[in-house]
Amino acid sequence: MLLQHYLILSAVLFGIGITGVLIRRNLIVMFMSMELMLNAVNINMAAFSKYLHAMSGQIFIVFIMCVAAAEAAVGLALIISLFRNKQTINADEFNLMSK
Amino acid sequence: MEQLAFYVLAFVAIISALFMITRINPVHSALWMLLTFFAVAGIFVQLNAEFIAAIQVLVYAGAILVLYLFVVMLLNPKSRGFIKVPVRYTLGTLMAIVVVIQIFATLRSTNVIGKQGTITPEVMKESGNVFLFGKELFSTYLVPFEVSSILLLVAMIGAIALAKKD
Repeated sequence: MLLQHYLILSAVLFGIGITGVLIRRNLIVMFMSMELMLNAVNINMAAFSKYLHAMSGQIFIVFIMCVAAAEAAVGLALIISLFRNKQTINADEFNLMSK
Repeated sequence: MEQLAFYVLAFVAIISALFMITRINPVHSALWMLLTFFAVAGIFVQLNAEFIAAIQVLVYAGAILVLYLFVVMLLNPKSRGFIKVPVRYTLGTLMAIVVVIQIFATLRSTNVIGKQGTITPEVMKESGNVFLFGKELFSTYLVPFEVSSILLLVAMIGAIALAKKD
């Protein structure tokens, strides 16, 4: 298996994540797409860790997962408090500043 | 065999990711995301990162996904049907394709292999993934490890403070 295979898979997953953030207006699905992008980065880290015979890539995966977990917890709490104020989680309806 | 496993896992990951971003119902999205995470865990096993694969299943498929499902079911937002803005779909997909093409171009034009470390597959087979991982994490990366624990604590307090009724 070549390193490039993993990098291409990671790039494709990252692109799908970007597409999800750009085309969806549901805040929860946008957050899920962000998790997908972080996962794609993790694949890159693990692939380089294997092919460069170093362990640091795998360590960084743990830190990325840590940040992803923190981001999910805080982000979902934000979504809950937004929903409490507006009764919706559609990103287009949070437009107080533009009125 | 290894190639076949890789292609199957990559296919499952990509298809379920595509399904994830196109389902209207967020619960369906979350379940497709679960399948993606399992496929990525399989990719990690292929990359000699067994510990990471286990963490992936435990943290992502176990904790984060349940958190998402909890929030989806807590809010129970009404599905408003399919969003009727085709311009956004085309533009968004186009933009993502441009980014992926840029990544591919960079991959083609750069030599991705750099300085080799000391942990060859033989060393990995002899000592085991978890042993090497733990040794590195608790010696070289001890301070970042402690900082990440503080990050998790802050995130926990922040989540409670944000989500509680005031």
